[in-house]
Amino acid sequence: MLKIKNLDVYYGKLYTLKKVSLHIKRGEIVTLIGSNGAGKTTLLNTVSGLIKPASGNIVFEDKEISKETPEKIVKIGISQVPEGRLIFKTLTVEENLLLGAYSQYSLKKKKQIQEDMGGVYNLFPKLKERKNQLAGTLSGGEQQMLAIGRALMAKPKLLLLDEPSMGLAPTIIKEVFEHIVELRQLYGLTVLLVEQNAKSALKIADRGYVLETGRVILEGTAEDLLLNKDVQRAYLGRDLDAEERI
Amino acid sequence: MTLLLQFLFSGLTTGTVYALVGIGFNIVYNSTSIINLAQGEFVVIGGLMMWFFLEGMQLPFAVSLSLTLLTAAVVGLLMERLTIKPLLKKGDLLLMIMVTIAISILIRGILMFKFGKDPYTYPPFTEGEPINFYGAVITQQTLWVIGITALCIVLLYLFFNKTMTGRAMRACSLDVKAARLMGINVSNIVMLSFIISAIIGAIGGIAITPISLMEYDKGAMLSVKGFCAAIMGGLGRSRGAVAGGFTLGILESLTAGYIHSGFKDAVALLIMLFILFVKPAGIFGKAEIVRLRKF
Repeated sequence: MLKIKNLDVYYGKLYTLKKVSLHIKRGEIVTLIGSNGAGKTTLLNTVSGLIKPASGNIVFEDKEISKETPEKIVKIGISQVPEGRLIFKTLTVEENLLLGAYSQYSLKKKKQIQEDMGGVYNLFPKLKERKNQLAGTLSGGEQQMLAIGRALMAKPKLLLLDEPSMGLAPTIIKEVFEHIVELRQLYGLTVLLVEQNAKSALKIADRGYVLETGRVILEGTAEDLLLNKDVQRAYLGRDLDAEERI
Repeated sequence: MTLLLQFLFSGLTTGTVYALVGIGFNIVYNSTSIINLAQGEFVVIGGLMMWFFLEGMQLPFAVSLSLTLLTAAVVGLLMERLTIKPLLKKGDLLLMIMVTIAISILIRGILMFKFGKDPYTYPPFTEGEPINFYGAVITQQTLWVIGITALCIVLLYLFFNKTMTGRAMRACSLDVKAARLMGINVSNIVMLSFIISAIIGAIGGIAITPISLMEYDKGAMLSVKGFCAAIMGGLGRSRGAVAGGFTLGILESLTAGYIHSGFKDAVALLIMLFILFVKPAGIFGKAEIVRLRKF
């Protein structure tokens, strides 16, 4: 569904992605793990069209999209839930969801958008209870649900999730990840999940890529990666070491 | 008492124009963080072009009104597309603000070339006896000015809160990256903000000209006063600009009435200095927001 080939991206003068290639098949949950500054967010922003690559191809459903604008990319079915959620804090929950449907909006589709919003409310009943509240007053977990719901309003085929676990309590993280699996079943979504929390991400993913200083250094099925010694040491073991020291 | 009432009403009238200029500042500021110092020029364009169509070309009122608003919109559009859009990518705010000063000088020059240095006016929208309110005289045009301003505020409120485009503009002002990820074309929103603020300014000019006359170089002072209204209310808050505009207008008219009319223009500058030194968030603004601002 999505094929990235030899992608080179510079951030200013910084060489952040070096010849990155990866692919995602329809209906898969693919995770991209790596430490801070590995280029994970840059990769998502390049797919979303916010950053233009220096060279390489991004092909979505047989269409080259590396030169398209962010507006166009949302329209053809790729939505991103950005790092830090970036919900519109001083707008209400409902207004946030409506803005999610901006790319779908036309007067004829008003009813359709209301139905989609009903779908999101079914998925996240908490949002319905708080629909007239300002989004900034929601808890961290609820804000993450809102950010996901907002992305769903654009009717994506591929959902890009950037660090959905960031800043959330472990029980809430579990809930968010359960919702991600649920999304695939309910909406038939394909998901590219970027995470520092490698363990939780690999648990729900089908396949994974490991990104280090701008390069893909490993790829494989989620089980293989979970068992891989390098991954265990670098991304799964690090937490254990830290825990032992504490 | 009668005198005080009279001062209050005349303050309210000029205050509405400051409020409209202040709202214009806020609309552009919210979508770009730019202070558009050519904002006052749109008021002058409104007044002078209205005279040109109405008196100069003898067109009917409604046609003149539409043509004037159209002219202002086109000037706003050209200003954004030709100067702001190419600079926005570089992101140098100070440079863009200086460019808006250059444009205000350019507009003033063109207006002087076309209209000369004389003040212009045209008859009030409706003829009729002024209203006597506890001894204070209120002309019908004053009521028009206040009514039109109120209408503008209501329409803007509906636009920003009830339409998708309006919400998209607010989204852009809150978080540009998130707005782009929603599929909002930020460049178009910036253009729209310039057009809307140009129209708002022109409406103020059209309404006030029968009362206070309009000449080519009034824009600079209006920009200063409108900016004062905007920062009094806390930059970026449209209701704040309305409160700021009325406050400034009334203070000015009281100063002119009770102290000396020569001090009138100093009021705005004094208030501005006071706010910048003592309460940069504005009298009605929130301090936390200011800390996050680029400007």
